[in-house]
Formats: sequence, C-alpha cells, structure tokens
Amino acid sequence: MDMKVAKKKLGLKEKYRLMTRDLGWEPTYRAKDEVFPYVNYEGIKVHDWDKWEDPFRLTMDSYWKYQAEKERKFYAIIDAHAQNNGHLNITDARYLSALKIFLQAISPGEYAAHKGFARVGREFPGVGTQVACQMQAIDEIRHAQTQIHALSNYNKYYDGFHAFADARDRIWYTSVARSFFDDAMSAGPFEFMIAIGFSFEYVLTNLLFVPFMSGAAYNGDMATVTFGFSAQSDEARHMTLGLECIKFMLEQDPDNLPIVQGWLDKWFWRGFRVLGLVSTMMDYMLPKRVMSWREAWEIYGVENGGALFKDLARYGVRPPKGWDDAEKAIDHMSHQFMLGLYQWSFGTSFHSWIPSDEDMDWLSAKYPTTFDKYYRPRWDHIRKLAVAGTPFKNFGLAKLCQTCQLPVVFTEPDDATMSCHRETEYKGEKYHFCSDGCQHIFDNEPEKYVQAWLPMPSLFQELNGDIGAWMNWVGLRDGEDNGDYSGSRDQRNFDQWRGMATSNT
Amino acid sequence: MQIDLRTVSIQPLRQTFDHLARRFGDKPASRYQEGGYDIQAAENLHYKPTWDPDQELYDAKITKIVMQDWYALKDPRQFYYSTYTLARARQQDATESNFAFVESRGLADMLPPAVRETALKLLVPLRHAAWGANQNNTLICGYGYSTIFTQPCMYHAMDNLGIAQYLSRLGLLLGDTEALDEGKAAWLEDSAWQPLRRYVEDTLVLRDPFEAFVAQNVALDGLLYPLVYARIVDDTLSAQGGSAVAMLTQFMTDWFDETKKWVDAVLKVAAAESDNNRAVLQDWIRAWSTRAASALLPVVEIALGAQADDAVGEQLADFRARIQKTGITL
Ligand SMILES: [Fe+2]
Ligand SMILES: [Fe+2]
Ligand SMILES: [Zn+2]
Repeated sequence: MDMKVAKKKLGLKEKYRLMTRDLGWEPTYRAKDEVFPYVNYEGIKVHDWDKWEDPFRLTMDSYWKYQAEKERKFYAIIDAHAQNNGHLNITDARYLSALKIFLQAISPGEYAAHKGFARVGREFPGVGTQVACQMQAIDEIRHAQTQIHALSNYNKYYDGFHAFADARDRIWYTSVARSFFDDAMSAGPFEFMIAIGFSFEYVLTNLLFVPFMSGAAYNGDMATVTFGFSAQSDEARHMTLGLECIKFMLEQDPDNLPIVQGWLDKWFWRGFRVLGLVSTMMDYMLPKRVMSWREAWEIYGVENGGALFKDLARYGVRPPKGWDDAEKAIDHMSHQFMLGLYQWSFGTSFHSWIPSDEDMDWLSAKYPTTFDKYYRPRWDHIRKLAVAGTPFKNFGLAKLCQTCQLPVVFTEPDDATMSCHRETEYKGEKYHFCSDGCQHIFDNEPEKYVQAWLPMPSLFQELNGDIGAWMNWVGLRDGEDNGDYSGSRDQRNFDQWRGMATSNT
Repeated sequence: MQIDLRTVSIQPLRQTFDHLARRFGDKPASRYQEGGYDIQAAENLHYKPTWDPDQELYDAKITKIVMQDWYALKDPRQFYYSTYTLARARQQDATESNFAFVESRGLADMLPPAVRETALKLLVPLRHAAWGANQNNTLICGYGYSTIFTQPCMYHAMDNLGIAQYLSRLGLLLGDTEALDEGKAAWLEDSAWQPLRRYVEDTLVLRDPFEAFVAQNVALDGLLYPLVYARIVDDTLSAQGGSAVAMLTQFMTDWFDETKKWVDAVLKVAAAESDNNRAVLQDWIRAWSTRAASALLPVVEIALGAQADDAVGEQLADFRARIQKTGITL
C-alpha cells in the first residue's frame, strides 16, 4: 500500500492562482489577436497580465454558497412584504416617484452592466481579470432581477411602473441613463472598465445607492431596503475591482496615463449628469427626507472623492476636469431639475408636485445661498397659476443636450441668472449642449455622439408632434401615470387603502 | 402607530407589467418571466460599437440563426439568478461532502495506482478544456441576443469555471501541485491532447454566438461529458476500484444530465423556426461533432486503450440519436 504523503500547504494566493489564472494558456493554434481582437485598439499598453492583483479571491463553490444564502433571505422578505401589503407602510405615495424612475432608468443600467461585464469578461487576455469581470457580470443580472422582483408588487397597486420596459427604450428622460450605458458598452474594454467599473462603481455609486437606500428606509419601503442591503457585499467586490483596474492600467505603462485621464474626465461628467436625477429625488421626492443633495455631495463627493484622487495622485492622475463645475452646480441642480420635471410632467411616467411651504422652508435652510434667491419665487409663481386653475405646463420642444440628453435647463457655473447653452457645428450640423463638460465630450468623439438617438426630435419627426400617439408609443397612460401628484389615482388609492387599515370602516 | 396591514383586502390595478401582459396576458407573472423577458434594450440604441462599427450594440444579425422572437428560446429549468444559485449551492454542498468523505477516509491513498494515474492523466488536463468552455459561454452571453437565451449561458460559463476548479481540486487531492503542472504540460505538448486543444482554440475565434453554442455546448460537451464522466469514470474506473474518483466527479455527471435538457430545448426551438435554421444547425453540428469525436479519441485512449474507438463510435451514435430528437437529422 502507498504511504500517505503529506500534501503541500498552499497559501491562499497560490491556491487561488491554481483555481483561476493557471487554467489559461497561450494559444498556439490560433493567433492571440484572433482570440482577443478588441484589446489593442484603444491604445492601452499591458506588458504583463500576471501583474494583475486579484481584488477578491472567490472560487465558484463559495460564490454559490454565499450568494444562495443572500438570495434565500431576500426572497423571504419580499414575499412577506407582498403578502402583508407592505406597500402601505410607505410614508405616502409621492415616495413612489423615486422608485418609478429607478425601475425605468437604473435597473436597465444594471442589465447593461451585466452584458458589458460579460463582454469584457471574455475580451481581456488575463484570466484573473476575466474571472473578476465574469463574477460582476453574473452579479449585475442579479441586481436587475432582484430590483424588478422587489418592485413588481408595487406595479400591481400603483401607476407608472407597468411600462418600464417600453419607457426604457422610448421615453425621453430614460435616455439620459440609457445613453450613458450605451456609451460605455460601445467603448472598448478598457474604457468600459473606467466608465462602469471605476467611475460609476467606485466614484459615483455611493452617491446613488446610499441616498436611495436610506431614502427607502426613512420612508418605510422594506422591499427596496432589502434589495439594496442584499447587493451591498456584491458592490464591495465591484468597487475593489474598479480600483484594481485603474491601478493596473496606470502601473503597466506611463503612456496609459493621458488616455485614462481623458476617460476619467469624460466619465465623471457623464456620471455627474446622470446623478442629477438623484439630487431631485433627495431634495424633492422623499416625503421624509434623509439629507440634502448638498450634504450627500459633501460626504460622498468631496470627502470620499477627494481622498480617492489624493491617493491616485501618485500615478500622476489629477481630479476630473469637471470637478469644479460640479461643485458650482450642487446648490442649483435639484431645483432646476424639479422645475423642469414639473413643467414637463405631462410626459413623465411618474408624478411631480409643487413643494409645500414646509418643503420650501426646508429647502431654504439647506440651500441658504440659492433657494430663496432663485427658486422660491419660481415655485411661488407656479403655485399661483395652479391655484388660479391655469397650471403651468410646457408642451414645447425641450432642447436636449447632444451628449447627456438632459434638457438644457442649467445655468452658467458662475452666473445663476444666465442659462447655460453651448453649440458645436460639425459637418454642417448644429449640436446643442448643456455645459462645457458635455461639449468637450462631443468634441473629442464627434463621430460617436452625432449618432445619439434624441427622443424629443424623434417625437416630432416620426409622430408629427401627436402627443397622444407618443404617449401610446412610450406606454404612458394620460391622466394615470403622469401629471401632478395631487389629484392622482395613486394619491386617492393610497389614502383610501391606508384609511381602511387605520379605521374601522 | 403599528397598524395591521394584512387585514386590508384591496384589489390590485393590474397583475403584471405591460410587456409580460402582451406575451402572456394580464395574469401574475412568474419570477422567471419577470427576470428574463424583454429586459434587454431593444430599440433606439444610441451608438455603434467602436470595437466593431458594423454591429449594433445588441445585434441579432451577428449569427446565421434567424429567430423572429429570440425570447422563444426558453430554458426548461426556468433558471433565473436565484433558482440557479440555489440549485448550485445544493450541489456544491453535496460535492463538498464527497470531497470530505474521500479525504477523511484516505480513499485517495487507497486507489489502485493504475486507476489514480489514469484519473490524473485524463481528468486534470480537462480543467483547461473547461476554461475554454467558460470563454465560449461568456461570449455567448455577452454577444447573444435576448436575456432568455443569454442568461443561462452566463450561468453555464460560471459552471464551466466551477468544474475547472473541481478538477483542479481533484488534481491536488490525488497528486498535489505536480499533478496540475503535469496536466498543463500534457495539455500544451502531449500528442494525445493536441487535437482537443486545437479544437478548443478554433472555437475561441468564433464570433457567431450560436455557432459557439453548437461547437461548445452541443458538440464537444455532448460527447466529452458522457464519454469521460459516465463511461470512463463512473463505469470503467469504478469497476477497477476507483469509485472514489466517481464521487469527486459526481457534480459533472449530474450537471451534464441537467444542462443537456436546456441545450436540447434551445436546439429544438431554433430548428423548428425555419428550414434555414435547421440546415445551418445540421451543418454546424455535423462538422463540429465529427471533429470533436476525433479530437476526443486519443483522450479516451488514455483510459480505454484499444476499446476507445468503439466507445467513441457508440457515443457518437447515441449523440446522433439525441440530436435527432430535436428535429435535426445528421
Ligand atoms: Fe449592480
Ligand atoms: Fe455593481
Ligand atoms: Zn449635457
């Protein structure tokens, strides 16, 4: 009989190497360029994929085990939430506007991230990088699905959720997020990693998810709290992957720095524009507020972002170009957005409303230098019109920014009385922009951005400005999904159902 | 104030989302339906890919297979992330106890030396083939069209990685790190492995996601799994005192039985769609399975010697019968 031979003790790192990167090999029957055709054209130089440090070491058996544990808990909670009419626990149905925007614009982004990470999980020639990206690919489909499943019950009782798949492709405001993810996916694998893996997951994700999930908690929405909480450990992995990616690119070759810096400038500004929707949610859409957008920016933007870019300075990276303009916009953007959303509320699959006196007092306390000076007077005026029975509605064509696709509603960074508008002429056509940041992005890649599908011009070209036909096409039911919250079916139903729960009749 | 909301009986306004009501009627949708149908962006894609401006960002035309509705390629297991993960968590639990059983009783050391050697020589290089499978399924998920078709490919890719990792553990358990080194050297240089490695590398340059599906999941794995895990490990090696090896590869045997139902369902629906699809599938399956059979022959010889030829021939016949049931004649 054989002698029992003692096995070598393998360190964690060595063991993980055997379980991942040792699986790959250099092809000899086919050229490497054929197997990985997209990895060179962006100009990023990688000399040694083995220098990649695994950001986390998870083998599939533990992945299945941990994730299954979380899935069991998640579905147990949302099943109970649905059975027990958990939706009646929310503060009031105004809160749902934030969820509707989330399902129409952000959950499709989770799906796009899933697809994008599957692509880069195949295209990078380093096994370590591939495995990390593949795990994110499967996580991101999880996020898309848990979000749809968590919000599915709200759809049964409230308007504005039912056509999220149509809205994703057709309605005007979702193209802000859609074009953001389409932009990243149509870029090469390295830019995708800087766009989604680093800028979105690392720099901006806290500004999106933390306010959102605390907003849900403050407003009694257990379903959303649960999917947010359940995704947290996934996100922690995604953040370490994003950070490792940028460091890896910067360490591989000094020539990579200007390329990476250009992407950071671009994706910071792209991401900042998408986050405009979050600012509105925080300042206007939560019946019970968590903190102001300004306060969130101080913590997650200035403090965390500042520390991060200090850390990256040793590679020669400077903070993104739009950083100062972003700072100047913080005290204005949520108000400008909400005023825009309110006047175009005929065309939104969620409700907006005029802030109450109490709301406005909170806003002036949080925005002492801007709210009373610039925005309270406009809300007062809008309220007067509403009281007089002639509510303010803008059916006009909103001019959209060719890059970020938001309506051009912002003001000059240094003058809040001047609306900001930029133009570039390219091959005989005029293109409009909301900001210097968006204009620069266009000017760097005009061939890409001239292709952008702009929802508003399409409405007028294809549907001849027929608003009713447009509403059918985007899945918006007039008088139910859109308009002012006050007087809406959501408001009536919620109040009635809550009344049934709190009284004996 | 704590209010009892359960007592409130209210009528829902609708049962499901519009896109699901259009497909299945306004009735409560399953989580598989909610998590799969129409959740991929379909219209008004903003930019052409810079990595290939001839493609759309989501492009059904990059394959020769034509489907009127790509969401018709339903997974009979109805896997979405949760059901998939729960199923695999249960299986990894069983695999873990199998490994523990073999380790704690020293069964690896009691294997007849010839069986151990065959197991190492045959199974360890296959961790690289499983990595190739991971690459292909990741590509199908990334570039294929419609969530219903592509999400199982992501799950499949992660399974391929899991299998490569179980094979690595098997190598470490039966032969330590040297076994992995030797297996890799064999994969790269031994003549027995070169036809298979060439096959795998040839699949890695495919960019038609459906052809990759056929070359990998239908043809190669459709022959490799029953030959290696059922015929060689479960039958031949077990009969020679190697049932401990079969315990270590039980995941693979069960996995193949489960996943082939999905593979067959995809083939069946795609073939039934049109004569054109059926003809394309026929060509692909014929070409790739013939190649796979001859690439596997020297590998099977490692364990079966002179009987390898018959074994591969029989398996090929079984494979043809299986494919025949999907409506594709070879
Ligand atoms: Fe996510
Ligand atoms: Fe993420
Ligand atoms: Zn813009």
